Amino acid sequence: MSNAVRVDRLRVTRGGTTAVDDVSFTARTGEVTGLLGPSGSGKSSLLRAVVGVQVVAGGIVEVLGRPAGSRELRHRIGYVTQAPSVYDDLTVTENVRFFARVLGLGPQAVDEVVGAVDLGRHRDSRVARLSGGERSRVSLAVALLGTPDLLVLDEPTVGLDPVLRLDLWALFHRLAREGAAVVVSSHVMDEAQRCDRLLLMRSGRLVADDSPEGLLARTGTADVESAFLALVRGQEAR
Amino acid sequence: MSPRVTFAVAARVLAQLRHDHRTLALLLVVPSAVLGLLRWMYDSRPDVFDQLGPALLALIPFIVMFLVTSVTTLRERSSGTLERLLAMPMGRLDLLLGYGLAFGLMAALQSGIAVALCAGPLGLDVRGPVWVLVVVAVADAVLGTAFGLFVSAFARTEFQAVQFMPLVVVPQILLCGLFLSRDALPGPLSVLSDALPLSYAVDAMTLVASRTGDVAGVDGQVWRDLGVVAAVTVLLLALGAVTLRRRTP
Ligand SMILES: Nc1ncnc2c1ncn2[C@@H]1O[C@H](COP(=O)(O)OP(=O)(O)O)[C@@H](O)[C@H]1O
Ligand SMILES: [Mg+2]
Repeated sequence: MSNAVRVDRLRVTRGGTTAVDDVSFTARTGEVTGLLGPSGSGKSSLLRAVVGVQVVAGGIVEVLGRPAGSRELRHRIGYVTQAPSVYDDLTVTENVRFFARVLGLGPQAVDEVVGAVDLGRHRDSRVARLSGGERSRVSLAVALLGTPDLLVLDEPTVGLDPVLRLDLWALFHRLAREGAAVVVSSHVMDEAQRCDRLLLMRSGRLVADDSPEGLLARTGTADVESAFLALVRGQEAR
Repeated sequence: MSPRVTFAVAARVLAQLRHDHRTLALLLVVPSAVLGLLRWMYDSRPDVFDQLGPALLALIPFIVMFLVTSVTTLRERSSGTLERLLAMPMGRLDLLLGYGLAFGLMAALQSGIAVALCAGPLGLDVRGPVWVLVVVAVADAVLGTAFGLFVSAFARTEFQAVQFMPLVVVPQILLCGLFLSRDALPGPLSVLSDALPLSYAVDAMTLVASRTGDVAGVDGQVWRDLGVVAAVTVLLLALGAVTLRRRTP
């Protein structure tokens, strides 16, 4: 399977602090890559660099074979920012229809993505009236428009009820099977088990890049939270 | 740049306004209400209304559009939708022109209502053609939109955006000739007044109301003033496009 994202020795500084410190990894097409780490560890900064909206201080970010932020990539990436970036004062359909028009897609694409995130019942509700979870699904629906080759999702499942969260992870895996590369961040360590590949982040650095099984075997732990602790303690002891 | 995207942005901004009844009222009803109040104040002195009316017809669309635009675009920046749009195939000018188009349309509606009210029931004395009043008012409104787009780049919150009112708008109101005719201003202030675009907007409006000219009944100076307003608008939109960065720190 081919590399959809290649990051090499990336550095990002924000507000005087180093948000991403010498990070290298690849994310492959057909896989769900999880970026896990506590709040403030640099996940959003890293994802923003992949999408090409972050000023970077050094290193290489290549997406689908091109430098991140290239004009040709703008049609091929679906991006969900951490805060649901949709218009509160518009209805679900109006929101999705607007972004579809920007991408040059018709009404059928709108119905498809609204269905995919299971918001059909709310299609004519104003986003301001929806719950936090529903709102972030509207944002996700917009990212799904035009079946992008790379999906970059910044904490899309935060605050969702567990059943819905499972549904969304199933959706991410379906999209990967259908040929997308999916990169999902979360600060909830439980979610790690649902990824094909895991990147663990702390204070701007990658502390692990492995499969969930490989990580647990290597650290001799039973869950990712313990593995994370074991890795951090191991590093500090050195 | 793509007309499809520009129109999509304009349609979206109009849809947002349609849902927002207060802002619609601010845009369409308030200007006429203020002019009605002014006429009533000077009920015994219609000549004063004839003098102030045109200046206010120029000022009100400028102020209202400045406020509505700066707050709307700031919301776009702070909600993350701007970041998302700039990661999409969206030209920076598409976004600005889309806003300009939507608010320009609202301005045409707003000015149409205000001018009809003034020239009709309120009995404002208009020597030149009435339609040129609407043209000038729309140009002033789009100037306000361009100012709003530009300053929103320098604000982090809606409150900060509104703080640009006293800085950017109030000096222009003081020096535009509404309070004191521009040639009666002390030297340095007169120079400053010449450098502010709202002065030309008010001059154009006052000229149309007070004089007829040779070409289609419009004084040539009106077109020159309008040219200045349009040039500043284009400059501000260009500066606005420069401040819209795809990559941010
Ligand atoms: N807009 C910003 N300006 C300045 N510093 C920021 C900004 N956003 C994030 N940071 C800093 O960058 C670091 C990483 O933040 P972020 O990438 O948002 O982490 P995460 O997404 O894992 O919570 C933190 O130290 C945070 O304080
Ligand atoms: Mg984050």
